[in-house]
Amino acid sequence: MDNKNSLKAQLISDFQTIEGRMNGAAKSAVHQVRQEALKTFETLGFPTIKHEEWKYSNVKNLVNQAFEFNAASDFSAQDVADSSIPNLEGNILYFVNGVYNAALSSIVSPASELQILTFSDAIKQEPALVEKYFNQYTDSQNNAFTALNTAFAHNGIFVHVPANTVVTQPVILRFIADARKVNVASQPRNLIVVGKRSEVQIAEAYRSLGENASFTNAVTEFFVEEEANVHYYKVQNESDKAYHIGTTSVLQAGKSVFTANTVTANGGFVRNNLNIKIDGEYAEANMFGLYIPNKKQHIDNHTAVDHAKPNSESNELYKGILKDNAVGVFNGKIFVREDAQKTNAFQSCKNVLMSENASMNTKPQLEIWADDVKCSHGTTTGQLNEDALFYMQARGISKDSARALLMLAFAQEVIDKMKIPAIKEYLQELIVDKIYQG
Amino acid sequence: MLKIDNLQAKIGEKQILRGINLEVKAGEVHAIMGPNGSGKSTLASVLAGREDYEVTGGSVDFNGTDLLELAAEERAAEGIFLAFQYPVEIPGVSTTNFLKTAVNEIRKYRGEEPMDAVQFLKMFKQKMAYVNIDQSLLNRALNEGFSGGEKKKNEIFQMAVLEPKLAILDETDSGLDIDALRIVAEGVNKLKSPDNAVIVVTHYQRLLDYIVPDFVHVLYKGRIVKSGTKELALELEERGYDWIKAEVDAEELGETIA
Repeated sequence: MDNKNSLKAQLISDFQTIEGRMNGAAKSAVHQVRQEALKTFETLGFPTIKHEEWKYSNVKNLVNQAFEFNAASDFSAQDVADSSIPNLEGNILYFVNGVYNAALSSIVSPASELQILTFSDAIKQEPALVEKYFNQYTDSQNNAFTALNTAFAHNGIFVHVPANTVVTQPVILRFIADARKVNVASQPRNLIVVGKRSEVQIAEAYRSLGENASFTNAVTEFFVEEEANVHYYKVQNESDKAYHIGTTSVLQAGKSVFTANTVTANGGFVRNNLNIKIDGEYAEANMFGLYIPNKKQHIDNHTAVDHAKPNSESNELYKGILKDNAVGVFNGKIFVREDAQKTNAFQSCKNVLMSENASMNTKPQLEIWADDVKCSHGTTTGQLNEDALFYMQARGISKDSARALLMLAFAQEVIDKMKIPAIKEYLQELIVDKIYQG
Repeated sequence: MLKIDNLQAKIGEKQILRGINLEVKAGEVHAIMGPNGSGKSTLASVLAGREDYEVTGGSVDFNGTDLLELAAEERAAEGIFLAFQYPVEIPGVSTTNFLKTAVNEIRKYRGEEPMDAVQFLKMFKQKMAYVNIDQSLLNRALNEGFSGGEKKKNEIFQMAVLEPKLAILDETDSGLDIDALRIVAEGVNKLKSPDNAVIVVTHYQRLLDYIVPDFVHVLYKGRIVKSGTKELALELEERGYDWIKAEVDAEELGETIA
């Protein structure tokens, strides 16, 4: 049983090695948080399927593998060209195996609009801001992966948009797992603070290269101040051997709008957690998701929206197309606290199974403590409409084309929520490819 | 053009068509009438290639091709068009996109070059006039939220675009008010030519005031039990179906006793 928790043992030992090299920095407030998180990780250990939150998502294969963290890579400008998102303009920041690559990155927004620092630089240059926000609203107490990420918080980005600022160019974080030589792992940690009445678009785009396994354990924290408007994209196009565990935690102040688009075009084993707390009145949270697993891919989306104050609204729409032997999981929690009167919360998860061997597990969870609220939820899982298929065939469209057309139409509703044209087109292409595969 | 010989079909364990014989020549309009449950819509669906029905006997020749050997989309490409009684709502696919796909798949089947956007635009404009259909309707998701009349107009518009050799109108009059009925019928009449043929499946005679048939057939219990000219339709309108049912049932009884 020695290798049962090989990854856990490796990580604890790594932590001690890193800490040993820290000298004075080990006493910093940020590092105190890391130490706490490591303890939590040690106590919790990696979850098993006995854990309610991990019932359908077994991380056994992940935690029994060895990975090289932050491995060196010869990811080149040519590789950038090969894996770029066409026509994308904005602040494009490359992280290769977790490590920021300044040479490949470009920041185009003026410093007055946007402060962008690597997370490790931010600890040094903006200690007050980092200490104020870092790990203030995450699930690191009960999620071993978030605790682990927190313990190793070093790589990633810090974005600060000052008050009253509209950032015109999006911020695109490109996380590349270069698994062409060895199994690689990374733990990006992103902290994004958006000031009052400001607007910004931020995308995390994950991509992996090579035949070896990759493991990404990402955590992104958003602090959205009053009346701010944030468009967030999580775009996943990784290999069948990629493991991705990610948590996005969002704390919204009054009258703010936060819109998340989470699209998984490809990935071997994916778990996305999206946790939003609406901590102010008249705020709006939108959660849109799309996943198209095929082969033996496993895609799990856990979302939670916590309505803590009155008069706010959340809208959620997740859609899945599952092919071959793919497994999908959707778990959507809505909390409406006692004070959160006049809350509107809508949740919908719709899935199409394209094969008898594909499966989808859906679980809406509503906890409503206020009495004057409007909440609705619905999940559907079914096959493509046979009548529609025949109708299309009767007009000369082959069954395969008809299926593809219906799948695309099904996915389009989520794709249409996207506001960055280049990302929308990129995803559209990926999804068309995926739909026509096999 | 179409020769149906002793066609039999069932759905599940239920035999619905029990030996249909029908010949349709180019330039002709045939009406198929009959009481509810007689097999009219089944005949239309079987000809169009719906897989829910199992053909248990007989043959269908369409311009020298064994129609029953072809998939639904191949039949469409060969020139069969079924106007649906209940056009299906397809969210997320606009009528124009749907038809572009259909036209180019049919052209591919026939070994023709695909049409480009400009050609489509020109062709759609021309065809829109046939049924007096609005561009905005074509940009919307196919049939989604359309009124009954809009759905049927849309069917005839599709027919105009696809230019079938044989159009089968399945209860196209159901759910239409008199104005919509007239527009739809006018569209069908404009598309009529000596080279194509129409089969009108209907329960009521009123559509036949507008689309005048050369032949009228009465379907009952899965067989054509009476054929005639348009006067037969008028007689049915006046007398209902009971007298035909009685004739057939008496005959069957006679056969059973004999």
